[in-house]
Amino acid sequence: MDTGNTAYVLGCAALVMLMTPGLAFFYGGMVRASSVLNMMMMSLVSLGVIGLVWVLVGFSLVFGDSHAGLVGGFEFAGLREVDLVVDGVPVQAFAMFQLMFAVITGALLSGAIADRARFWPWTLFVAGWTLVVYVPLAHWIFAFDGAVSEKGGWLANTLHALDFAGGTAVEIDSGASALALALVLGKRRGWPHEPMRPHNLPFVLLGAGLLWFGWFGFNAGSALAAGAVASNASVTTMTSAAAAVVAWLALEHRLDGRPTSLGGASAAVAGLVGITPACGYVDTFGALLIGVAAGVVCQLAIRLKYRLGYDDSLDVVAIHGVGGMVGLLLTGFVATDAVNPAGRDGLLYGGGFGLLGAQVVAILVAAGWAFAGSAGLAWLVRRTIGFRVPEHVETGGIDEAEHAESAYEYSPLRTRGSGPERNWT
Amino acid sequence: MMLVTAIVKPFALDDVRAGLERLDVAGMTVSEVTGYGRQRGHTEVYRGADYQMDFVPKVRIEIVVDDSVVEKTVDAVVQASRTGKIGDGKVWVVPLETVVRVRTGERGPDAL
Repeated sequence: MDTGNTAYVLGCAALVMLMTPGLAFFYGGMVRASSVLNMMMMSLVSLGVIGLVWVLVGFSLVFGDSHAGLVGGFEFAGLREVDLVVDGVPVQAFAMFQLMFAVITGALLSGAIADRARFWPWTLFVAGWTLVVYVPLAHWIFAFDGAVSEKGGWLANTLHALDFAGGTAVEIDSGASALALALVLGKRRGWPHEPMRPHNLPFVLLGAGLLWFGWFGFNAGSALAAGAVASNASVTTMTSAAAAVVAWLALEHRLDGRPTSLGGASAAVAGLVGITPACGYVDTFGALLIGVAAGVVCQLAIRLKYRLGYDDSLDVVAIHGVGGMVGLLLTGFVATDAVNPAGRDGLLYGGGFGLLGAQVVAILVAAGWAFAGSAGLAWLVRRTIGFRVPEHVETGGIDEAEHAESAYEYSPLRTRGSGPERNWT
Repeated sequence: MMLVTAIVKPFALDDVRAGLERLDVAGMTVSEVTGYGRQRGHTEVYRGADYQMDFVPKVRIEIVVDDSVVEKTVDAVVQASRTGKIGDGKVWVVPLETVVRVRTGERGPDAL
């Protein structure tokens, strides 16, 4: 066993775990004050329910021995492989690292359906989504032949697409699933005519900061070894996020007249999304290019929802879906095996169109699978138990109706009334 | 001149404003208030402890208008904030002695 690498993977798992509470703040600040608790609860319960699904069967179905490159087996169900060590790192540590990826991806979807999803149907949906949508995609791209199991998934091993930390299974997956959810649940009452401005921008900035922090674990940690590849991924991650912030703010000033805090926070996430598939396969130049592209393209993509009329409330499609596509596509141009012998050369480094073609196929497969699977599942939830809150809950406040709580108590007037009492019978 | 005061549900405010704009009502004062009528409050639960919230958030709209448009103003407010459910609110009208525009010193209807 390699204790250094094991410590690194366990530490990165904890870093990535913090991204989900970070996302809760990022999203929570963007909604209205009457639905911030519901928004944050959708992330919290993802930690609960996806965590369970992952430990019980999820990890096994992704990293167990592959059936035709499509899905793993049940041999690791329950995660009791205390003695199993792969490349110097216990499989249990790797499983925890991967668990956090599944959790944050599920939590990401909730941004598309702010203010209007019932809590238990969401919980049920995201558990089912983990099995139906995330597990196969993650198997196809994350399970390498001869790593945890002998046979892995087809995108990584047959197509040889490059996705270092989850541009497909995490980013395009969440973006395409978010679009499906937004379409199945429909627009919020009053959108886009009524003002639905973010109620707490410092929350959004706090969340973006926590996401940026955790992303070093997410990206560099995907090297699964504390060495040169992880260090390069750390450099490219920082470079891309930094470039995206500067590019986004400059473009925003040009288009809207001011650089905004919401723009800056969104820019950081867009740059991190863009570099996610590329971080272990590109150098600083590639990262710079990807960061600038993500900052520009994602910002323009946000404007699409008003033109096309889908209420992707917190822009999961534009930032994660489009940002992931930008990253995967540009990897086909700027990947170089000089930074990582496990990589391939892209078009600009003399690798021809082979890698670029594989990246395009990976994008289409991830987007198509996630959209179709999520749309079907969301439709099923809607038809059976209902997914959306009634109209009076949407106007009166979803926190009060779904959770019997209110987030803020600034006026002592409202707290009047009887204090804590309970039927202790 | 009359002072029209309306206590309505917060989300009705936009519709009320739009309705009054069509009547050329020149301005309004809006404040966030809490209270209860027949609607009463709701219950919140914190770690199993029930809290009866007796007061419900509302918006108070105050408008000063000339006698000639009082009826239309009241109708517009009522129409814009009615959902038909308990808790839609109240509107009342009281006569005003005078109004002064601070900037010019104008008095009475000219100050509206």
